[in-house]
Amino acid sequence: MDFSYSEEQQMLQDSIAKFVQNDYDFDTRMKLVKSETGYSEENWKLFAELGWLMVPFSEADGGLGGSATDLMVVMEEFGKGIVIEPFLATAVMGGGLVAAAGSDEQKAELIGGIMEGGLQMAFAYAEPQSRYNLADVATTARKDGDNYVLSGHKAVVLNGGAADVIVVSARTSGDQSDEEGISLFLVDAKSDGVRIKSYRTQDGGRAAEVHLENVSVPAAKLLGEEGKALPVMNQVINRAILSICAEAVGAMEMSYKKTVEYSKTRVQFGVPIAKFQALQHRMADMFIEHQQAKSIVLMAAMKLDQGGAEADKAVSAMKSRIGKAGRKIGQESVQIHGGIGVTEELDIGHYFKRLTMIELLFGTGDFHTQRFAAL
Amino acid sequence: MNVDFSAEELAFQEEVRQFLKEKLPANIAEKAKKNLHFEKEDFVTWQKILAEKGWAAVNWPVEYGGTGWTSTQKYIWSNECAKVGAPGVIPFGMSMVAPVIYGFGNEEQKKRFLPDILNSNVWWCQGYSEPNAGSDLASLKTTATRDGDEYVVNGTKTWTTLGQYADWIFCLVRTGGSEAKNQEAISFLLIDMKTPGITVSPIYMLDERREVNEVHFDNVRVPVENRIGEEGKGWTYAKVLLTHERTGIARVAQSKVALQGVKKTASETNDFGRPLMENPAFAQKVAELEIDLLALEYTELRTLAAVSTGKAPGPESSILKIKGTEIAQGIDELKMEVAGYYAVPFLDEQFDIDFDGEWVGPGSAANTAPTYFNNRKTSIYGGSNEVQKNIICKAVLGL
Repeated sequence: MDFSYSEEQQMLQDSIAKFVQNDYDFDTRMKLVKSETGYSEENWKLFAELGWLMVPFSEADGGLGGSATDLMVVMEEFGKGIVIEPFLATAVMGGGLVAAAGSDEQKAELIGGIMEGGLQMAFAYAEPQSRYNLADVATTARKDGDNYVLSGHKAVVLNGGAADVIVVSARTSGDQSDEEGISLFLVDAKSDGVRIKSYRTQDGGRAAEVHLENVSVPAAKLLGEEGKALPVMNQVINRAILSICAEAVGAMEMSYKKTVEYSKTRVQFGVPIAKFQALQHRMADMFIEHQQAKSIVLMAAMKLDQGGAEADKAVSAMKSRIGKAGRKIGQESVQIHGGIGVTEELDIGHYFKRLTMIELLFGTGDFHTQRFAAL
Repeated sequence: MNVDFSAEELAFQEEVRQFLKEKLPANIAEKAKKNLHFEKEDFVTWQKILAEKGWAAVNWPVEYGGTGWTSTQKYIWSNECAKVGAPGVIPFGMSMVAPVIYGFGNEEQKKRFLPDILNSNVWWCQGYSEPNAGSDLASLKTTATRDGDEYVVNGTKTWTTLGQYADWIFCLVRTGGSEAKNQEAISFLLIDMKTPGITVSPIYMLDERREVNEVHFDNVRVPVENRIGEEGKGWTYAKVLLTHERTGIARVAQSKVALQGVKKTASETNDFGRPLMENPAFAQKVAELEIDLLALEYTELRTLAAVSTGKAPGPESSILKIKGTEIAQGIDELKMEVAGYYAVPFLDEQFDIDFDGEWVGPGSAANTAPTYFNNRKTSIYGGSNEVQKNIICKAVLGL
């Protein structure tokens, strides 16, 4: 049994930790949140230069190996700074789909672009009515000669506004919620008939509504086998869930540690509030929640790397636990900070917001608890 | 023991319903229905309509313009108002400073201040908390130094809700020397916000809206006649005010309406081909909150009944504060959960009345997260829930 990081993982962790500490302080982040693009292109170039964008990809695809544990290392550090650069949407989801299902040509065309930092991607899977059911796809793709014609509405597409290429799930056959008959398409965001309404998200990122109206896509842009996309989608969403859960662990660590520090300096009734046992026990609970969260993410990362049938169950166990832990630590951090905790001025509220949104992405705690029980 | 409404009470309920139907302005009703942001004018307009009817000051004694309603009538009123989403009373004038003025002020002060509060001519804000005096309010440091017929006020107040609109502020200030025992050197002052030396700076909440402020006092000269009661007795008056602040805080009527809203939206939300409301895990959470709320409703009724027999709301009101905020926050969580992915977009401008862009998400889904974030304040303000538990420990359990 060995839970220690490899030398490479240790170096990766150190380099991201250094970046977050030196170049990603709270004020810098907030400026980016409110900037036009919503993230720093300069940072993105830096991520490429330092090789971080190669982490999600296998050596065969030109990457650094692409293990789930590597991904976990990266995302946990990003979580400490609540980094908003679109690593999840572009490298984990967009790139992940291409790596999992793409032809050699498609991989050659796109993965290199992602790793070099020149290509932004998004994955448009959710729809207004679909909630957390990946198979509920009303968007249609109709074969028309050498093209497919796509029509539909994709909801809350992370990084949808900045993406050059959007992977769209669409139905090529079957009924709206059939598991068979879903296909993936690489849609150029500038195609005729694509209308994108981009907006900020509650946690400082960006997402978009993507409307497709008779968008003509060459058959060469079909990603993977026609009608067989669901298992690929599930596999990539699993890695996306691992990524945000690892990010949550980083955010939780900062949140509880900052709360403990604050309680030592905030004096009320003549003593630091850290002296009150009622608060001490709650902070001890937060520490326990963080440790439990870290453990379950590690478990899920290892199960994902092993592959096989247990992966889904492990991912749901993780997402369920992370939802509860994130809610508890987020709420308690704000409460113990008092008034300053509910303002925009302090970072603690922004960790809380990110943890809250993480719970809502890719299925709530209830959803994953029920999925865990059913598997 | 009887909780059924009498014939008179049922008639009153009908009268209230008719009144709300006829008098709540259409644009305000629309905002309520769509969960849009209320503006200052909405609150003032509605309060003036109520004042004209004689229903503005629900809890005041009749001699000052109060309704003279029984606790049952007040209960009916708050339930019916919540059902139509009428703008709530901004409490600072009506519910907070007014009881101190009619309770401890002199005749001159009552004549001068109460009518303008009753008719919403003057917007009040609260100057209690300071950057270093939150839960430990008695450690406040704003000073008022006597200089002839005036006090000279220096210091900083914070968390001043809607202070950007305020004409007047009521403040706790330190009038004794620093060697005096904390609570015996505090006085209660009413200060005109237009007085030279006052600056108001905004604090933005987690929903990015300007709801609270810091108010700075730099040699602000306040006439001694603006002091309520005796010098050094301000803490006693403030404690009365704080208990009043806590009674309205259960928000049972609003929570009942909100919970109905959750059920309705969840019934219309698809969850794997079935309404989310039929998901057993979700239904269980709704039911648990509903049960908790039912118990709180009866706890509130018991408290109201006790108050109507002449007792001041005691430490029991801490129960209302704690449970009321916990339940309301729980409902906020459920609303966000129903919204699912559509809780993620940040679309503040969508909830302004004049928004005419492309609407994103079903109904007010995009408003659920900002509401949840913002309402985390409720377990912090008005004496944090931790302070309420301390009160229960000390005053009820004798610990």
